[in-house]
Amino acid sequence: MEDMKEIVKTYVINEYVEDDSEVTFDTPLISGGIVDSFSMVSLKRFLENKYKISIPDDKATPEAFDSVNKICTLVNEYLK
Amino acid sequence: MSNIGSYDERVKNFDWKIAEQELDYKPGNIINIGWYCSDRICQLGKAEKLGLIWEGQAGVEKRYTYNDIRLASNTIGQFLRDLGIKPEDRVCLFMDKIPELYLGFLGVLKTGAIAQPLFSAFGDESLFIRLENAQTRAIITQKKHAPKVRKIIEKMPWLEYMIIVDQDPAKPLQQREVALNLEELPKVEKFDIHPTYAESPSVLHYTSGTTGQPKGVKHVHYSLISQYLSSKWVLDIQDDDIYWCTADPGWVTGTSYGIIGAFSTGATQCVLDSGFSAENWYRFIEKHRISMWYSAPTAIRSLMKAGDEVIKKFDLSSLRHLASVGEPLNSEAVIWSEKVFGKPFLDTYWQTETGSIMISNYPGMKIKPGSMGKPFPGITATVIDAETFQPFGETGKIGLIAIKPGWPSMMRMYWNNEETYKNKFKNGWYLPGDRSSIDNEGYFWFVGRDDDVINTGGHLVSPFEVESALLEHPAVAESAVVAKPDFVNMEVVKAFVTLKPGFIASKDLDLEIMNFVRKKLSPLAMPQEIEFIDTLPKTRSGKIMRRILHAKEWGEEIGDTSTLEND
Repeated sequence: MEDMKEIVKTYVINEYVEDDSEVTFDTPLISGGIVDSFSMVSLKRFLENKYKISIPDDKATPEAFDSVNKICTLVNEYLK
Repeated sequence: MSNIGSYDERVKNFDWKIAEQELDYKPGNIINIGWYCSDRICQLGKAEKLGLIWEGQAGVEKRYTYNDIRLASNTIGQFLRDLGIKPEDRVCLFMDKIPELYLGFLGVLKTGAIAQPLFSAFGDESLFIRLENAQTRAIITQKKHAPKVRKIIEKMPWLEYMIIVDQDPAKPLQQREVALNLEELPKVEKFDIHPTYAESPSVLHYTSGTTGQPKGVKHVHYSLISQYLSSKWVLDIQDDDIYWCTADPGWVTGTSYGIIGAFSTGATQCVLDSGFSAENWYRFIEKHRISMWYSAPTAIRSLMKAGDEVIKKFDLSSLRHLASVGEPLNSEAVIWSEKVFGKPFLDTYWQTETGSIMISNYPGMKIKPGSMGKPFPGITATVIDAETFQPFGETGKIGLIAIKPGWPSMMRMYWNNEETYKNKFKNGWYLPGDRSSIDNEGYFWFVGRDDDVINTGGHLVSPFEVESALLEHPAVAESAVVAKPDFVNMEVVKAFVTLKPGFIASKDLDLEIMNFVRKKLSPLAMPQEIEFIDTLPKTRSGKIMRRILHAKEWGEEIGDTSTLEND
C-alpha cells in the first residue's frame, strides 16, 4: 500500500503539478484544483494500466479521486 | 416581479437606450467598463456593499466591498501604468479564479489596455499561439502557472513583463518578471481612468474554429450595454441577490456575466475557486445563500449523476432563479432541476463572438424543456437556408442560425484575421455556426454545429489544433479528431491515430499520447479516447474524411462515400 501511495503521488506530481507545490497523501486533488475533471480520465487510465484493473466509470468520481489515499483505497478494491 | 416583466411587451417597445439610460450613458460620452463596474456603483451609494465573496481551497474566504474593488482595480491599473502599459496594449490574465483575476480585469480596462483572459489550464503551446497572435505586452499570472510562461518566454520578445501576483519574496525573480502583491501595495484612491469611448477595444477572447489557429475576438467598451441589460432581464439580477456564475473568466461567460454583468448591476457575487464536487457546490449555495445561479449543462449533468440524495443534506431554499449556458441544455436536465430545486434551469444561447445572450428563456415566459427559447429583445434572429442564405418562409425547417448584426456587444473583428471575420456574414446576417429550427410559437430548437468544432463541456475545441499537436508526438504518423458523445460533457475529443513504423499500439502509448496533448494544449483538448487504426479514410485527393469517423461515433448514416480513396 505504501509503495502504491508513493507511485501514485509521484505520478500526480510529475503529470499535474506545474510548480514546486507540495503534494501529500491527503492533499485534495480534485477539490483542490490540481487535477480537473478532464484530466481525471488520464489519471484513471494510468491506474488501470499500472495495476491492470478496470475501474467502472461510476466509481471514478471526483470524491473517490480526491487524494492519493482515496485513490489507493479505490484501486485496492479492484486489486482484490 | 422579474426585471423583464412581460417578454412580449419588451420586444414590442425595445430600444438599447433603455440600458443607456439606466447606466446614465449618452452616445459620445466616455464609457469605461472598469469604471462602470466599480466607481459608478460606489457613486450610487453602494461603496460598502459586498461585491465579491471569494472562496478558495480549504474554505479560505476573502470579501470585497465595491469600494475595495474600486481601490484594488485602481491599484492594479496604476501598477500597470507605472510599468509603461499603454492604451490598447494587450495584457493577458492567466490565473485561476482568484480575486486578482477579477480585480485585474477591471484594472486593465481602467488603463485603456485590452484585457486578454486565457484559461489557466492551457498548456504552453496553446498559450504561445494566443500570445503570439495578440503580441501581448504583459501577462499577469500566479507562481503555479509561471513555469508554463518561462518555458516559452524566449520565443516571445514582444512580451515585456510577466507579473506574478503571489511571488514568494524569498525567491528571486527572473528576467522580465515582476511581482505584484496587491495586499502590500499602497491603495490608490484616485486613478486617472483612461477615457475610453464606445468603440474603444476592451476584451480579446480566443475561440477555436474548425481550421486554422484560434481566433482573437475583439470586443469594445460599448458591449457593456447588452451585457448589463441581459444580466438584468435574463439572469434577473436584483439588488438583494447573491449571484453565482460558475464560469471561469478564461472564457467569455466568465467575463461577460462573471465580471461585467455581475459588477455593473451592483450585485453581490460569489466565486468558488476549487474543483468540482456535488457536495461542495451544494454546500457553497447553502453557506452563501445563493439566489441566482448561472451554470452550465456539463455541471448540471454532473450534479444529476451525483444523485438526488446528496441534495437532501443541504438547505438550498435560497435559490430563486437558475440559468445555463455553454451547450444545449437537454430537456431531462430542465425537468430534473424543476424536480429537485423547484425551479427549471433556463437555457441561454450565445457565444464568444456575440458577447452577450442572443436567444434565451426568460423569467415568466413559458418554458419548453429542451428549447433555446426566443431572441433577446432587440435581437433579430432567424434560421436560414444553408444554400441560399435566405430565411425559411415556414417553421420547423432546420437551417443555420442567423442574427442581424448591430447589437452593442457584437465582436468588432477577429484579431489580425479580417478574412475569417468577413466569412461570418452572409446576405446581411451574422452566422454563429450553429443549426436549429424554429417552432410555430417562435421557440428555437438547437440541432448542432455547422462545422467540426467539438463542444466539450461548453468549450470549443478545434480538431485541427488537436490533430496538429498529435502529429508532434514521435509515434504518430497521421491523425483525425472528432467529437464523441458523452453524457456529462455532451461531446469529448476522440482521436484516430495511425502510427509510424516501429511503434506498436499499446495502453501505455495511448496514455502517453493523451498526456502529451493535455500538457501541450489543455485538459479539454486531450483525447479521452484514442483509437489506433491502420489507415484513415481519405478522399482520392488525400483529404481525411472526418465526416465518416464522426458518423461512426454517433451511429449515424455514413452518407456519400463516392470520393473515398479506399472504396
